[in-house]
Amino acid sequence: MSLSDNRVVVAMSGGVDSSVAAALLVRAGYDVVGMMMRLWSDEALGGAEHNRCCTPDQMLIARTVADKLGIPFYVLDSKAVFRDTVVQYFIDQHRAGFTPNPCLECNRHIRFDWLLRHALALDADYLATGHYARISEDSAGKRLLMKGLDPGKDQSYVLSVMGQEQLAKTLFPVGEYPKAEVRRIAIELGLDLANRKDSQDLCFLGKSDYRDFLTAHASDVMSKGPIMTTAGAVLGEHRGLANYTIGQRKGLGLSHHEPLYVLAMNPFKNALVVGTRAELGRDHLFTERVNWVSGAPPAQPFRAEVKIRYRSRPQGALVQPLGDGRARVDFDEPQRDITPGQAAVVYQGDVCLGGGLIAKFDEAADHLEPEDQLAQFSA
Amino acid sequence: MKRNREVYLDYSASTPVDPRVIEAMMPYFSEVYGNSTSSHSQGRRGEMAIEKARARVAQILNCQPSEVVFTSCGSESDNLAIRGAAWLARQQGRPARLITTPVEHSAVINTVLQLGELTDAEPVVVPVDRHGLVEAGRFADACRRGAALASVIYANNEVGSVNDLAELAAIAHEHDVLFHTDAVQAGGQLTLDVEQLGVDMLSLSAHKFYGPKGIGVLYVKDGIELPSVLTGGGHEGGRRAGTHNTAFIVGLATALELAYTETDERLRHFQNRRDQLINGLISRVASAQLTGHPAERLPSLASFVLPGIDANSLLMHLDMNGIAASSGSACKTGHPEPSDVLLALEYSSEEALCGLRLSVGIQTTEADIEYVMDILVDSVGKLRSLRREFVT
Repeated sequence: MSLSDNRVVVAMSGGVDSSVAAALLVRAGYDVVGMMMRLWSDEALGGAEHNRCCTPDQMLIARTVADKLGIPFYVLDSKAVFRDTVVQYFIDQHRAGFTPNPCLECNRHIRFDWLLRHALALDADYLATGHYARISEDSAGKRLLMKGLDPGKDQSYVLSVMGQEQLAKTLFPVGEYPKAEVRRIAIELGLDLANRKDSQDLCFLGKSDYRDFLTAHASDVMSKGPIMTTAGAVLGEHRGLANYTIGQRKGLGLSHHEPLYVLAMNPFKNALVVGTRAELGRDHLFTERVNWVSGAPPAQPFRAEVKIRYRSRPQGALVQPLGDGRARVDFDEPQRDITPGQAAVVYQGDVCLGGGLIAKFDEAADHLEPEDQLAQFSA
Repeated sequence: MKRNREVYLDYSASTPVDPRVIEAMMPYFSEVYGNSTSSHSQGRRGEMAIEKARARVAQILNCQPSEVVFTSCGSESDNLAIRGAAWLARQQGRPARLITTPVEHSAVINTVLQLGELTDAEPVVVPVDRHGLVEAGRFADACRRGAALASVIYANNEVGSVNDLAELAAIAHEHDVLFHTDAVQAGGQLTLDVEQLGVDMLSLSAHKFYGPKGIGVLYVKDGIELPSVLTGGGHEGGRRAGTHNTAFIVGLATALELAYTETDERLRHFQNRRDQLINGLISRVASAQLTGHPAERLPSLASFVLPGIDANSLLMHLDMNGIAASSGSACKTGHPEPSDVLLALEYSSEEALCGLRLSVGIQTTEADIEYVMDILVDSVGKLRSLRREFVT
């Protein structure tokens, strides 16, 4: 059996990475099919007809790349399932006082479930994406999710939701290449490298800002409320909890004898909790909905490096798997920006072991000793 | 790409150009290239080619050559007929009502609706029956108040149902209403005898009957002083300005003539393949329904609703297997909308996302259809089980 008997559906966005992924697969001799997902966007806001992931311009670029590579290209209508999972999750999490990362949720429900199943139904053997990550196997035949070869571009953080079944059916062609090589292939494909900046904004916001979006879809988290200390003293008024992030100092509009930072959001009181730099640091966190890439939690606590945001550096920590899909992470050094709703992703070297969503800080539980906390969570 | 077979079943969208048509067109690119309005020999030769083509078209339409207007496409023909009739009514101080149906080609319905928005024209949309056909009684009711024009599609492009134009045109004329038909799908298959059909105007497009894209005809009955929509020089008896596309006009006439010379043979072939498709699909795909009229339909067109099957995904599966098909709801940007035609036929909006149109042509073989049936059964099975995984 040759590679040409292996059909790969490659998720194409019109961007450099997925275009190059498609080119690499064609070059390797696979039977390649290009596919773009048409995702939901809020047409009512700013008149944006298209999700930023699939604008007419990007569709045309992807179509042109596919044509150049001699592969078919299709657009899969994924609006409804995207709206019902990713967008709803974003709204619900904000309502509950979390700062969600919808990209992880999209990988969990859309890319490596919805799209993967559509690819398999099309007789594909694999789904490929343009993510910078690698897949390999350990001696026992378990698949390992690894950081991309180029450390500056590693995207394994947002892939930490993947399991064995998905990894067995997935290819990350660009993860094996240094950036310079990817750029070279992109130039060969005639892609305009200079003209594309990675948007940091969420794709479904269309032309709007996330604040406008939340005002329209979750007005409660955009309404004014008190700014309080941990002791309950009201220092001022905030403009809606979703306007702030944990660790934020600027833009609070407070005059206080020492700098104050956002510590937490309390959606029940619609209160923004602030405190000093000393109060901001936390030496541990709990995660929920933990996904272990291997399929099962490690039996013993173990040393690892943990990333608490997509762009943050991995930090040394002790990770203790708990029951019920939870884990506790004790950092070697206190961390300032631990943000409930973001993912805590666990690494050992280049291997991504999995990750979970950072839980709310339970004020009561925070006063307990670690052992008691463990007991509470494993109960 | 490894593909077992390439089967094109989208002849209703467009057909390949017959090699005999290409051959007839060839001299008019670089041998006879003069502008037909020029008085020199190059110009005269072009003019003669066009007038001969016009006479050949008139022969098939059973009309006078002067009643044949060459346009750039079927959409332009529809626009000229509708806008022209609306302006004519305005000149004559007659009611600017425009009667049409909900199952017209977009060139008709959108022109009527735009005139309703931008001018004092009043669109009147006569409902159709479950098969997409206009009912004489309801049509007569609409005509009774008078109108500038009634435009009714001859054979529907999505479900293939064929209207009884003679009956409808007679009703329109009883009420002194001009009658136009979009005969673009019918061209090459159904009679275009305008006497028999009783129509005042009729639109055609060459690429539906093995002619080139970019050339159309509007038949305009003598005595209708249609104002020009594309204004400029006095081409086409002042009804359509613009330098003649000599080669394409010759191509259209040649293709039309071939279609009506070989008509018995072609239609028998179309019908056999179409019925093979209809019988196969209805018996092998659970809950598949034939759309459009079971008997009064285009010989080349089979159309269905396949409940629970997103047409966009089905077309993708078919294309992956080398099969070209279409759907009234499909959209290559992943934004399918329920088919307006199926909605007008009172299918639910869910069903109207599940339409499939397969149209056969001269080259379609029995083995092609057998192959398509196997792929269809397999693809529908896969898509139905995929759907079950997500509907929990």
